[in-house]
Amino acid sequence: MRYLTTRKRAEGLGSARAGTEHHLAMTASGWALLVLVPILVFVLARTIGGSFDEVRATFANPFVAILTALFLVIGMRHFAKGAQTAIEDYAHGATRAALIMVANAAAYLTIAAGLYALIKLAI
Amino acid sequence: MAETKEQKRPLSPFMIGPYYRPQMTSISSILVRITGLALVVGIGLTVAWLLAAAVSEEWFARVDWVVTSWLGKLVYVGSAWAVWYHLLGGVRHFIFDAGRGMDSPTAEKLGWAMVVGSVVLTVITILVASW
Ligand code: HEM
Repeated sequence: MRYLTTRKRAEGLGSARAGTEHHLAMTASGWALLVLVPILVFVLARTIGGSFDEVRATFANPFVAILTALFLVIGMRHFAKGAQTAIEDYAHGATRAALIMVANAAAYLTIAAGLYALIKLAI
Repeated sequence: MAETKEQKRPLSPFMIGPYYRPQMTSISSILVRITGLALVVGIGLTVAWLLAAAVSEEWFARVDWVVTSWLGKLVYVGSAWAVWYHLLGGVRHFIFDAGRGMDSPTAEKLGWAMVVGSVVLTVITILVASW
């Protein structure tokens, strides 16, 4: 007889082969975005359409820069994980794997490009 | 005892349309997914614009031309609605996760609150952008 509880036997065998990790990650990042997004929406509403110098000055502001950096990292990871769930619902096999890679690549590219721009504007 | 048996379990079909009358709850939930995915367009454009601002005045002029064109405005008004709608959808998730508002009348009201709330917040955002 093996000492395996019913729970241990079922762990990781959900349809996504994962437990509550995804749900918790989306919930935690959702709470962070709930704070960051409204601030950034209004900052952007006031900045988009501005001149070259105005836009640079806005994002050189430490407060705006740090919140934007947080948004990029948290928001784009949230997007990649969310997109993965959606992709897993509709695509299968190699298409699924390719689309998940595309979503992750888009997320990381956005993070890297955004952080580079913020650093360049800060210094 | 510990072996897992291979079982044929029923897979759920795609319900909406063939088997399911569209409902406030199902449609408002699908819109959370669509808005969450669509937001990548506006975010991508915004990061391109930010990158251009960091690189040079010429690049900024190019990207800003797109951003301030009618297409750019369409993307931003759409993104404003999408982000507010998705945010309210997230709040509804948190309410449901707390075990509240799951009865049909309340769930339907929450769906309508997301629709009305997102439109109101979008109008406020446009006003803030253009004053
Ligand atoms: C504004 C604050 C936000 C909150 C409170 C929030 C909250 C949430 C929550 C709770 C989920 C899980 C939904 C589920 O399990 O079905 C979710 C999913 C998702 N979110 Fe967000 N989110 C926010 C912003 C964003 C942003 C900015 C993006 C885009 C970059 C985004 C993209 C997604 C995607 C693609 C999903 C997956 C949808 C699905 O699987 O149906 N979210 N969001």
